[in-house]
Amino acid sequence: MYVAVKGGERAIDNAHAWLAEERRGDTSVDELSVAQIREQLKLAVNRVMAEGSLYDPDLAALAIKQARGDLIEAIFLIRAYRTTLPRFGATEPVDTGAMACDRRISATFKDAPGGQVLGPTFDYTHRLLDFKLAAEGEVPEAPHAAPREEATPHITEFLNQEGLIQTEPVSDEVPSDLTREPLELPASRALRLQNLTRGDEGFILGMAYSTQRGYARNHAFVGELRIGTCTLEMEVPELGFAIEIGEIELTECETVNQFAGSKTEPPQFTRGYGLVFGQTERKAISMALVDRALRWKELGEDDMGAPAQDEEFVLYHSDNIQATGFLEHIKLPHYVDFQAELELVRRLRREVMGDVQQEAAE
Amino acid sequence: MTATLDRKTWMGILAQAPAKDLDRLWSEQGISPKYTWLRQPEIGAAMVRGRAGGTGAPFNLGEVTVTRCSLQLQSGEVGHAYVQGRNKAKATQAALVDAMMQTEMAGPLATLVLEPLAADRKATQRARASKAAATKVEFFTMARGED
Repeated sequence: MYVAVKGGERAIDNAHAWLAEERRGDTSVDELSVAQIREQLKLAVNRVMAEGSLYDPDLAALAIKQARGDLIEAIFLIRAYRTTLPRFGATEPVDTGAMACDRRISATFKDAPGGQVLGPTFDYTHRLLDFKLAAEGEVPEAPHAAPREEATPHITEFLNQEGLIQTEPVSDEVPSDLTREPLELPASRALRLQNLTRGDEGFILGMAYSTQRGYARNHAFVGELRIGTCTLEMEVPELGFAIEIGEIELTECETVNQFAGSKTEPPQFTRGYGLVFGQTERKAISMALVDRALRWKELGEDDMGAPAQDEEFVLYHSDNIQATGFLEHIKLPHYVDFQAELELVRRLRREVMGDVQQEAAE
Repeated sequence: MTATLDRKTWMGILAQAPAKDLDRLWSEQGISPKYTWLRQPEIGAAMVRGRAGGTGAPFNLGEVTVTRCSLQLQSGEVGHAYVQGRNKAKATQAALVDAMMQTEMAGPLATLVLEPLAADRKATQRARASKAAATKVEFFTMARGED
């Protein structure tokens, strides 16, 4: 039950004034600029863009500053801003095969054409705190080598040549968009992928981890992980042809999974797919594992009753803005609801206590 | 390069250019053509699509901010811009160059604005690719001394 209540305006105004002051922190410390966040907290910016579902590093950095580093709050700000933008159209699907790769590794083929390119990775660091970063200092320039001129081929193509891996059915069907229509089940793979790419990193990671630990086990290899920039092309109605409008950084993960074959398919490998805005490799690998687990029905596998196979469970709980909205609303005033509950408990107690007293008297 | 510069190419160069570089090169030309707006600069979004498995059916990945505008020079040529981000000044300059590229100014603008922008982009991409190349693993096999 909702009843309009007035009051609290002064308290709210003062709370927000204090919030602004706390956000700034100690004024003897330099203020953080949006550009500093964009350049130096880039992985936080990437997460906010991916889960906010809007690629704009400056806006994501601003949101992180405004949210005092609370990334889910920042994602909320981006989602809210996103809804105010008119949509001019959709880009051509990005050609990840033509990606300018900063990083490209395969856990399945050591000698893949294009090689194992590590890029700016945390892998192989010792995870020891580096106290040199606490002091300001010049960073030496990273080494250079002769750049690769040609595009780096996708590794799954090599398995495809032998028919050892399931092929992706090619189509140009316009995918449905869960920001425009409510999610209905069963969901197409396109809707599932849209849901996963904007889903909460922690949730998708937990789901993916559960498949590795044995809930809907499908033993994934990272066939390929690549991070880099892709050109965006969009057809412009005024011109009648597609032009480049910009470029974005993406992380793509293709997993290669065991598959014993089914009534209609010979034994072959199957795929899971992850594609996420920015350098977001934990999320992209997680997405690929969960995508693969959700494909059990189309691949004719058994329902193991695992959470990661349960489309309804995964897709309806992956969105951290929906989740936090519903979760956090319970802290807002529920005085009247609670008053009713209080009355009920008092009445039940009176009835029970009354009985007890009566029994004692007898 | 100028010979092969078509509209799709130059609009791409303009969209990909960093705003400050386009602003500097455009300002250096010292031209301020008169124009009327057909569509004032407007900030919106485009839905970015990917393909399942990299090559399969399309899906919606998320949106990207885009600024667009259209203008007409006094001499009649129409210029359009669709550029990533939220920079109205950049979109305006891109549309102006697009319109001017349809006039007798095409030659000088290609040489003095578009070619330097394209060269800068290539250099930036090459610098990044060469850093990536330096992180390529060179495997070697240790001699095991079994014979």
